[in-house]
Amino acid sequence: MRAFTFLFVLVIAGLQLNLAHARVEFREFDKPEVEARYNKLVDELRCLVCQNQNLKGSNSDLAKDMRNKVFEMISAGKTNKEIVDYMVARYGDFVLYKPPFKPMTLMLWLGPLLFFIIALISVIRIVKQRNKADSIEELSEEEHKRAQALLNKGDSQ
Amino acid sequence: MLKLKFLIPLIAFFVLVVLLFAGLSNDPRRVPSPLVGKPAPAFELPRLSDPSVTFKPQVLLGKVWALNIWASWCGGCRTEHPVLNELARQDLISIIGFDYKDTNDQAQAWLNQYGNPYRLVVTDQKGTVGFDYGVYGVPETFFIDKKGIIRYKHIGPISYKDLTEKIIPLIKELKAES
Repeated sequence: MRAFTFLFVLVIAGLQLNLAHARVEFREFDKPEVEARYNKLVDELRCLVCQNQNLKGSNSDLAKDMRNKVFEMISAGKTNKEIVDYMVARYGDFVLYKPPFKPMTLMLWLGPLLFFIIALISVIRIVKQRNKADSIEELSEEEHKRAQALLNKGDSQ
Repeated sequence: MLKLKFLIPLIAFFVLVVLLFAGLSNDPRRVPSPLVGKPAPAFELPRLSDPSVTFKPQVLLGKVWALNIWASWCGGCRTEHPVLNELARQDLISIIGFDYKDTNDQAQAWLNQYGNPYRLVVTDQKGTVGFDYGVYGVPETFFIDKKGIIRYKHIGPISYKDLTEKIIPLIKELKAES
């Protein structure tokens, strides 16, 4: 029974591996640099249909068309920049899986960092204040006697 | 209790809530088109009624027109079709049908069944021209002015509300331009 469960889990795990690298077409590359460029571009461009996936992982028809276009353009001798510009001209900045560093996306890039810095400053200030409250000032001789007298008075009542 | 240092986290929280709801109300599927304000890409495609004849959009220069991307396999196109039929009935502009990644037989059968609001239909079976127009989902409709510039891209089905509140005023505005 144990062996069967183990085998079952193994099969399911194996199937998951396939899905993670799902690709609908088989492509021949004549040079390793071409393959490297293709993989890089297909990794950095977004599938407009399945919007949380890049072109590499998406099974949609449009992604397939876009991948073909990328391959076609690499084969035609276009540079990476030309290919990306071509896609952006048709689909907009959203096609870039990694948002570009532009005035509009500045908040996107710097926002989390800004919040973190503010949070850090706040934490430092709170800890400092707490440390101040913790330090007890020593009483002078006279104040100590007064305090003692008051405490004794309280006890006797 | 209304000390500033207590108010600041509260205000920050409210700002975040506002941003969250603003973000949630945006539809990520409506990707803005970079083609708005640019000339409609030129093409030459065969006509559905007679594939030996081609159509080029240059012939429509000087007129306001709409390019409706549709397909017989597209459910949303079925939804918006009555609205397109209504727009055609009003006879304000020419609507050119752009049959995307479809087969001629199925496209023609679909039009026979649901009505044909199109002045003419071109077929883009491979989707290569659609690529130039940044088509990523069907239906999509482009509204082009007399100078051949794309002025508005409507993503998704056009509803009656869209038609009366947005599309028809836009068409009238574009037609009034020289």
